[in-house]
Amino acid sequence: MNIAVCLKHVPDMELRCSITPDRKSLEQSGLKYDMSDFDGYALEVALQLVEKQGPGEVALISVGPDGVQETLRKGLAMGAARAVQLKADDVPVDGLAVARALAAELESGKFDLVLFGRMATDTASGTVGPMVAELLGLPCVTAISHLEVTDDRGTARRELEGAAETVQFPLPAVLSIDEGMARPRLATLKGIMAAKKKPLEVKPAALGEVRVTVAAMALPPERTGPRFVGEGSDAVPELVRRLRDEAKVI
Amino acid sequence: MATMFAFAESRGGELRKVAFETVAAARQAADATGGGEVHVLVLGAPGMATRAEALGRFGADVVVAVEDPALERYSPEVFAATAAKRLQSAQYRAAFFSASAQGRDLAPRVAARLDAGIAADVTAFEFRDDAVFAQHPAFTGKVTVTLRVSGAPAIISLRPGALSAAEQPRTTRVETAAPAVDPASARVVVTELVQQTATNLDLGEAPVIVSGGRGLRAAEHFKLVEDLATAFGNAAVGATRAVTDDGWRPATDQIGQTGRVVSPDLYVAVGISGAIQHLDGMRTAKTIVAINKDKDAPIFKVADYGIVGDLFEILPRLTDEVRRVRGER
Repeated sequence: MNIAVCLKHVPDMELRCSITPDRKSLEQSGLKYDMSDFDGYALEVALQLVEKQGPGEVALISVGPDGVQETLRKGLAMGAARAVQLKADDVPVDGLAVARALAAELESGKFDLVLFGRMATDTASGTVGPMVAELLGLPCVTAISHLEVTDDRGTARRELEGAAETVQFPLPAVLSIDEGMARPRLATLKGIMAAKKKPLEVKPAALGEVRVTVAAMALPPERTGPRFVGEGSDAVPELVRRLRDEAKVI
Repeated sequence: MATMFAFAESRGGELRKVAFETVAAARQAADATGGGEVHVLVLGAPGMATRAEALGRFGADVVVAVEDPALERYSPEVFAATAAKRLQSAQYRAAFFSASAQGRDLAPRVAARLDAGIAADVTAFEFRDDAVFAQHPAFTGKVTVTLRVSGAPAIISLRPGALSAAEQPRTTRVETAAPAVDPASARVVVTELVQQTATNLDLGEAPVIVSGGRGLRAAEHFKLVEDLATAFGNAAVGATRAVTDDGWRPATDQIGQTGRVVSPDLYVAVGISGAIQHLDGMRTAKTIVAINKDKDAPIFKVADYGIVGDLFEILPRLTDEVRRVRGER
């Protein structure tokens, strides 16, 4: 079974962030980048499927500037066989442009599955996976929390609001993986050494026309701090009064 | 004057709250651009057309009902093809979906089919200079990004609960249409839909969420959280990741960056310190109440109201007080 996993290299948002003077991007100094969380789950799912149902390999693809090689090397160290960087100065916020570049690359490979994380942790849009599926004309299931795959068919579970769906699909297919399916393995020292020798190809990203751009970025209005803080259960009547009269939520 | 499109999501033959939010947003967009029509697409098993009137209350001029016994459950390929076909049939300025689990699956497929720009998980929008400017919380909610989407139709998925559904009744025409592709030809098939919270309100739809964290100390103490939710009468129960990881609550209850992202009218955080991962899932709530023993807990930085103290004393009293105040009305 051959699986492609599409990875995004994203800023670690546990850190403090600020915005550039033109209000269009994040100040890069002090930002640390890593593989997007959900993509880590997708990669782990892919590695386990190949281990269980081999022979085959996991290939990695990422769109972006040379920094993405760091995430690709990390994926190789976890156990993927090869990687492709689709080079672009930056990753457009237009999901369709990214999907076009990925689809062009994926079309040439013979993959049984193409895996994505449910969404990238930076833009949190989750649009690229299903768009790639549409561009390639492949079946697609998104936000999968449980997955069973045989050679030519799969059954997935997706969580909805207050419900869950069981979905059946044929292979090849494009899937997006929710967290919780598989905790990403840590790269071993041996894996890290081996990753340095694994192939990492660099090609230009065929993004096409970009229709979505960042007009502005802003830090959300700081909440001015609590309007009321009381102590102990004696503060309850005042809290409830304010929720009723001031916030009007009771 | 611009015509707007809205997709009305349903489940089990009933329209979901997000369907009304989507229609109301399309109405708002139409009115802001000269008062064009709002066309709403609804797909489902036979009987869906009878729901058209409800959509009219929120501003639908035309309801296109696509009924087929095979569409009782979501069928991504049929839904996407049918929505795309309708959007190609006329000049639509924008198409509104919900950023619900279904909408997040459907909207990008439609955008790809139309070669159109998409803004996902949008909390506010504006039509200006031939483009749509759509705000969405990104970078785990730490930054509000305004996207400029050019071209028509612009595809917008709306964060559930972020825009309230205001009633703006219209005289509604109902059209029926056939699915754009034969449902029997679909490769991806939803074979089962399991309702998990038949009696409780869903986190994405509840006006009030009472959420518990590690401060509750044990799974059985969630009873206090449930009691408070019951007292509100319109509340769902949420939890932090620490709590769902420990199995005190099901994983589907998790609110946060890797769980559900919610925007209720009122969010009550009980025994929650306020890790970034959790704040990212609830910071867009309209009113936030924090109850925590540590006055320096980060949750108080995002809270509108707070009580510092022992939740085991505060919660029962709060439950009684909420019940009393609600009983007065």
